[in-house]
Amino acid sequence: MKKLINEPEDVVDEMLEGMVAAHPEYVRRLEGTNVLVRADAPVEGMVGIVSGGGSGHEPTHAGYLGEGMLTGAAAGEVFTSPTADQLQGMIAACEGGAGVLCVVKNYEGDVMNFETAIELAELEGETDVEYVVVDDDVAVEDSLYTSGRRGVCGTILVHKIAGAAAARGDDLSEVKRLAEKVVDGVGTMGMALTSCTTPEKGEPTFDLPDDEIELGIGIHGEPGVERTDVMGADAVAEHLTERVLEDLDLAEGARVATIVNGMGATPLMELYVVNRRVQELLDERGFDVGECWVGDYMTSLDMAGCSVTVLELDEELEELLGAPADTPALTVRGD
Amino acid sequence: MDEGIQREALVATLAAIADRIESEKDHLTDLDSAIGDADHGANLHRGFQAALDGADPDDDPAAFVKAAGMALLSKVGGASGPLYGGSLAVASSEFEEGITTESSVAFAEAYLEKVKDRGGASVGDKTMVDALTPAVHTYKRAIEVDDLDPLAALSKAVDATERGVRFTTPIRASKGRASYLGWRSVGHPDPGATSTLYLLEEIHDVAAEYLDGEAATVVDAAAETEAEEGSGVEE
Repeated sequence: MKKLINEPEDVVDEMLEGMVAAHPEYVRRLEGTNVLVRADAPVEGMVGIVSGGGSGHEPTHAGYLGEGMLTGAAAGEVFTSPTADQLQGMIAACEGGAGVLCVVKNYEGDVMNFETAIELAELEGETDVEYVVVDDDVAVEDSLYTSGRRGVCGTILVHKIAGAAAARGDDLSEVKRLAEKVVDGVGTMGMALTSCTTPEKGEPTFDLPDDEIELGIGIHGEPGVERTDVMGADAVAEHLTERVLEDLDLAEGARVATIVNGMGATPLMELYVVNRRVQELLDERGFDVGECWVGDYMTSLDMAGCSVTVLELDEELEELLGAPADTPALTVRGD
Repeated sequence: MDEGIQREALVATLAAIADRIESEKDHLTDLDSAIGDADHGANLHRGFQAALDGADPDDDPAAFVKAAGMALLSKVGGASGPLYGGSLAVASSEFEEGITTESSVAFAEAYLEKVKDRGGASVGDKTMVDALTPAVHTYKRAIEVDDLDPLAALSKAVDATERGVRFTTPIRASKGRASYLGWRSVGHPDPGATSTLYLLEEIHDVAAEYLDGEAATVVDAAAETEAEEGSGVEE
């Protein structure tokens, strides 16, 4: 497997150096850590919005640092959550006097390390820290017998809306309420055409023959919940969208936002082809689409494939989603 | 054992574990790529190397074990950081009065308790708890009920851990990342249970070097006759 890397163990460090060099006006690195924060963090009087997780999902997480989105982003090793001490350092660096909201994806490692970090932060001082756990992946069941649904691309919408609420001066409990509203109203389903290859292992995480695809993947190169024969883009779009709509159970005529997200190695051409059918379907079903995003938002290294995310909008969520954001990976001009 | 020897034994144990994890790193990662996200070996290797590099042989046993736990917590990441490192750091306080037969039982129980508490898993979920629970129960029982010495008890605990790892192979995961695979997790041993076995084997082997050889022989015989008892796991 060919990769444009040096030593696998240096990948995260060298990626972060490159990011800071590319976007010094947006981000700076907390010395001796794998945490990037907004260049002007902490922002006085503003609730800090922090996130983090394994590397390999770029532009998630640090790509969303900046006005109207994240204040801090911690990068773990590839597909491994950041450690609790780094998360604690990030929380402290993003506390501008109004408290900090942690946006956590529902993976045990992420949840456990954030919980440990919050315990440590509370021991240290008065920092007011809350967290929300995003679990938008409709491919896996939310039951007593599994670890719950995974957090995937819908997390970006939580970053956007919580970030916009913090930017306009909402307090911590209000920012948390809005973030939880997004978590409740968002669903995602993904699929893979190929496995990804982690730098450490150097070969595909799972075997996927040329004539088969995986449905219901997460974002860590794990196989999906079901393997089927190759389908065309329309059939994939229908399968993913229908599974998400089934889960969200929206009222007729509901207004929604959508993301057709690339997993890292799928050309925009193909994502637009998928998006075409997603939008047709929503239109056929009588849904009204507000924001419609297409691109690589939350990737899985070099995996080919896509995910479809649908968020139910109401007036307050739509206003926050459309509010200005200025980050390396996402710019929203606002009205 | 006087405290000097205890310190020496702890350094030797950490070195043996770091060594073993290094040599099994690819195997653990392979197990993890079958049902997880292919990083277990690399993560533990990074953590135990850091623990070994930062180890201070002059620390008393509690401080030594706590430092190793904190090193794992800050280097491993993922769920394994809090589970292996956090639990070690918490359980280390049982060694404040030194390492004795009694405090080793208390340590093992505190470690298991913290793993279960932090991870929320119980026996049958296809996690390290399936290996750790029989290990700890067997060790405690061997010492408190069967009146075996620590080395013999450890030897029985290793056997029980092995059975625990085998127990994870045919079952369906309901905790951890493997749970997302549903029935597809069946047929693979759990990587966390497997690495737990490696840790136990190394602890046993180093203990065998430091504890009385004559006692060990007597106990091995005793262990053989009772080998099938007290595994704590239904197979």
